[in-house]
Amino acid sequence: MLSILRAVWTVFLHLFKRKVTVLYPEERPRIPPRWRGRIILSRDPDGQERCVACHLCAVACPVGCIALQAAEDEYGRRYPEFFRINFSRCIFCGFCEEACPTYAIQLTNDFEMSEYHRHNLVYEKQDLLISGTGKYPGYNFYKVAGLSIKGKDKGENENELPPVDVKGLMP
Amino acid sequence: MGKTVPETIRHLIIVFGVLAVMMSIAAGLIWVERRLLGFWQDRYGPNRVGPFGILQPLADMIKVFAKEDWVPPFADRPVFILAPAIIVVTVLLAFAVVPFAPSISVADLNVGLLYFLALSSLGVYSVALGGWASDNKYALIGALRASAQMISYEVFMGLSLMGVVMLAGSFNLRAIVEAQRRLWFVVPQFFGFVIFLIAGVAETHRLPFDLPEAESELVAGFHSEYSGMKFGLFFVGEYLGITLISALIATFFFGGWLGPLLPPAVWFFIKTFFFIGVFILLRATLPRPRYDQLIRLGWKVMLPLALANLVVTGGIILAAG
Repeated sequence: MLSILRAVWTVFLHLFKRKVTVLYPEERPRIPPRWRGRIILSRDPDGQERCVACHLCAVACPVGCIALQAAEDEYGRRYPEFFRINFSRCIFCGFCEEACPTYAIQLTNDFEMSEYHRHNLVYEKQDLLISGTGKYPGYNFYKVAGLSIKGKDKGENENELPPVDVKGLMP
Repeated sequence: MGKTVPETIRHLIIVFGVLAVMMSIAAGLIWVERRLLGFWQDRYGPNRVGPFGILQPLADMIKVFAKEDWVPPFADRPVFILAPAIIVVTVLLAFAVVPFAPSISVADLNVGLLYFLALSSLGVYSVALGGWASDNKYALIGALRASAQMISYEVFMGLSLMGVVMLAGSFNLRAIVEAQRRLWFVVPQFFGFVIFLIAGVAETHRLPFDLPEAESELVAGFHSEYSGMKFGLFFVGEYLGITLISALIATFFFGGWLGPLLPPAVWFFIKTFFFIGVFILLRATLPRPRYDQLIRLGWKVMLPLALANLVVTGGIILAAG
């Protein structure tokens, strides 16, 4: 009997406790920097698309929400012809970001993606591509890869020696 | 009739005023309860619709009216439709004898207390018939539980009030309030108050004693098959019941409209709302007992306690002459 009254009093005192509710639109929750939110495609420091259309993100995706088509420009640089993420399927696991060899696909800390129509959650390449470099400002895949593309021949990378002439006899 | 026209108009105003006030209080309690429960659980509760969320009942009402008014094909149609109305009608009829202020009450019955007990017993037909007509095993179990609970708790609810009747020497609610001018009956009739409070919680089947509904065991108990406005009527009936029991606790044990400075009706509503708050606080705190525990508490603890209270009160009155 006494314990019941004590319980009632304890509950009553909770009237004056701090509320745990975050009043969301007015009060913003703290989003940690590594939050896995809306997915973006980033660009090189010189403004080119980072994505090389290797399909690793699409393979890594456990729900299969990434679709893309590879293409190549006349200088041998690969890029996705289309790149489509269905966010109504995406589970924001971040596996695509881990799989990406060029830091192209990245998860950001934006989570406000509500839509009234489901098909509006299918993002195309122009919706995904941002103008900046995202989390890795200095990284430029083609500047460290051995491939020759427009404006850069083999051996012209940073920290790279000219190619060895394998048929020559000189050391 | 022999009444003058202004007097008749005054009576009509009181009747419809009481009806309107009670219905709006019952609707407002939807918001009050959810808000208070929120506060007691370290949340805010509904605070989006209108200032402080005060228009939440309006939103709920639009929703409940817009719902399909559906009767299950296997239900006993006339009884199914009638059942939710019974609880609202009986509780509203019981408000007729409640004296809100010296001059504001619908009927000044000299057996007001018995009238209230009779109508609150009739209220159980709503639950029992609703559960029966639903033709659903959970609804039936809920209805049977409600009947057994009402029979058990009705007994000492009446007995707990007899002490008040002996002290006041009247069944008239107005006379009972007048008799408390010197001392509120909660002091000499403390056990009577506690028993009446517990019986009142059981009578309105509110949370510690909500076994007829028991959503964690019986889906929703007697109103499992109800939806739309018929469900809404059960809901309104429940809130009206809380208001009625709170108003009667204030009348029988806390001096009704009596109080200094403020107008009588204001005192009455302050006291009533205090006990509505107590009802909600009990809901926020206490878990539901098992069914046999509920019945055992009723017959083995509460009934003897009520009888002992009656005997002691009677003895003291007799000794005092």
